[in-house]
Amino acid sequence: MGIVKTKNLTFEYIRRDDEGNVEGVTKAVDDVSIDLKEGDFVAILGHNGSGKSTLAKHINALLLPTEGSVIVDGIDTLDTDQMLKVRQTAGMVFQNPDNQIIGTVVEEEVAFGPENMGVPTKEIWKRVEDSLKAVGMFAYRTASPNKLSGGQKQRIAIAGIVAMKPKCIILDEPTAMLDPKGRAEVLRVLHELNEKEGVTIILITHYMEEVIEADSVFVCDKGRIVMQGSPKEIFSHVEELKELRLDVPQVTELAYELKKAGIPIKDGILTNEELVRELKNVYYR
Amino acid sequence: MSIIVDKISYIYEEGSSMERLALDNISCVIEQGEFIGVIGHTGSGKSTFIQHLNGLLKANKGHIYYNEQDIYAPDFKMQELRKHVGLVFQYPEHQLFESTIFKDVCFGPKNLGFSDKDTQIAAFNALRQVGLDESLYYQSPFDLSGGQKRRVAIAGVLAMKPDVIILDEPTAGLDPKGRDEILDCVKKLHDEMKITVILVSHSMEDVAKYVDRIMVINDGKLVFNNEPKAVFARHEELEKIGLAAPSVTYIMEDLYKAGFDVDRSAITIEEAKNSILNLLK
Repeated sequence: MGIVKTKNLTFEYIRRDDEGNVEGVTKAVDDVSIDLKEGDFVAILGHNGSGKSTLAKHINALLLPTEGSVIVDGIDTLDTDQMLKVRQTAGMVFQNPDNQIIGTVVEEEVAFGPENMGVPTKEIWKRVEDSLKAVGMFAYRTASPNKLSGGQKQRIAIAGIVAMKPKCIILDEPTAMLDPKGRAEVLRVLHELNEKEGVTIILITHYMEEVIEADSVFVCDKGRIVMQGSPKEIFSHVEELKELRLDVPQVTELAYELKKAGIPIKDGILTNEELVRELKNVYYR
Repeated sequence: MSIIVDKISYIYEEGSSMERLALDNISCVIEQGEFIGVIGHTGSGKSTFIQHLNGLLKANKGHIYYNEQDIYAPDFKMQELRKHVGLVFQYPEHQLFESTIFKDVCFGPKNLGFSDKDTQIAAFNALRQVGLDESLYYQSPFDLSGGQKRRVAIAGVLAMKPDVIILDEPTAGLDPKGRDEILDCVKKLHDEMKITVILVSHSMEDVAKYVDRIMVINDGKLVFNNEPKAVFARHEELEKIGLAAPSVTYIMEDLYKAGFDVDRSAITIEEAKNSILNLLK
């Protein structure tokens, strides 16, 4: 069984009017059953309001299912006695680093999580050191977080989660506010954690380029999973993705446009190398 | 209408131990009807810079001339400047507060002393310009989607009938379609109403697609101020300061290295496509 498994997961918001009367019910997540393999790099795509953040918040028990169930590393999130265990297994990083950093010194910030968990002091120091090294921020351990760039702050937020040694990290648009370099830094750190430490990564993003190297991709719409597969499979469906208010990486789009113009190129081109190879085939044919 | 920025410098917390030079001797000219992109890494000073253009921050050194008037002259009315130069902050939807969308958009012009009738006309026009459906005007702004809320916030600034609109990362956090909708809307305002647009963005692809000129800010200095093609041609220097060229430029670079004689200065998919098609024909 996978690290995260949902079975017929449904989550409903109750809408109320000014007097508090029930106006109706919105299904933010609608009968979702997914099974994520431990150690995978998973991407979740979906337009604003598609239910992807609501789905993600179920994975570390910030929200509990209205119907169905969520099993995280063998624990049902509805078992509220084990909520802390669930949150230690699945850590969450949000969009705006400024909203989630509270410490005045980088080390302190990263130590907050393990300290709260009751980890012995000596072990905390070791974890802080290890996780800051893992995100490439050890040199800044005595700096003040507010002096750092956006990408650096976001890496500190990730280190704070890593220090709790989760098996799985969920990131809800962690790069939305970052410049190109900051985005690249955060992505590199996530792939390193995934490859070296075997941490399962669940990345929610609106940047299609960040999805190219994922192991699997899920696409949300109206609270349901409407597409799933490898990046190659997903990005072969350019028109469907655009209808879902999404996009494809620029290289995929260029290849698609060339194909529409009559150049025989295969679908789902994801890298520059692939496109170069395809065009060479066409050119030297 | 033109804005002349003449050697401005700005120091945060001057005289304290936290003193920091945020803007360092910046000069530039912004003409009526331009569509300008401002890029720079986080903390480069670009937000500080744009806040000078409508007088929210006052430079420690240098001058800014709006329509040939010195905005730091004692008899200059700052409110006039703010009427003409509208600023849409990051995540502007967090500033929505009224019970209906229409009331929210009325807030700006009312504050500027427009009569009730003029306020309402301005609000109607602004909401129409951002393409919001009329059936929504009297609903709560909080029931809208992220992209719609942002358009309401932009309408709130447009209702003050600015000549210049500055948008600070207007697409952050929006899905791809939402990004296109906002930027297409801004482009339309620019084309049809000849509004000057200053767009601060972290998306090189968006900047490449929409703007006529790019200003690159690094460590408080204006390091490039040129057409997009000319700026992105120097992508190696951009990379050193935390920026990049649009992905498509790197594709063309790779194709060129592989022996294809393509146009390496292409910065949009359209240009890249045409260049490749020409070669293969």
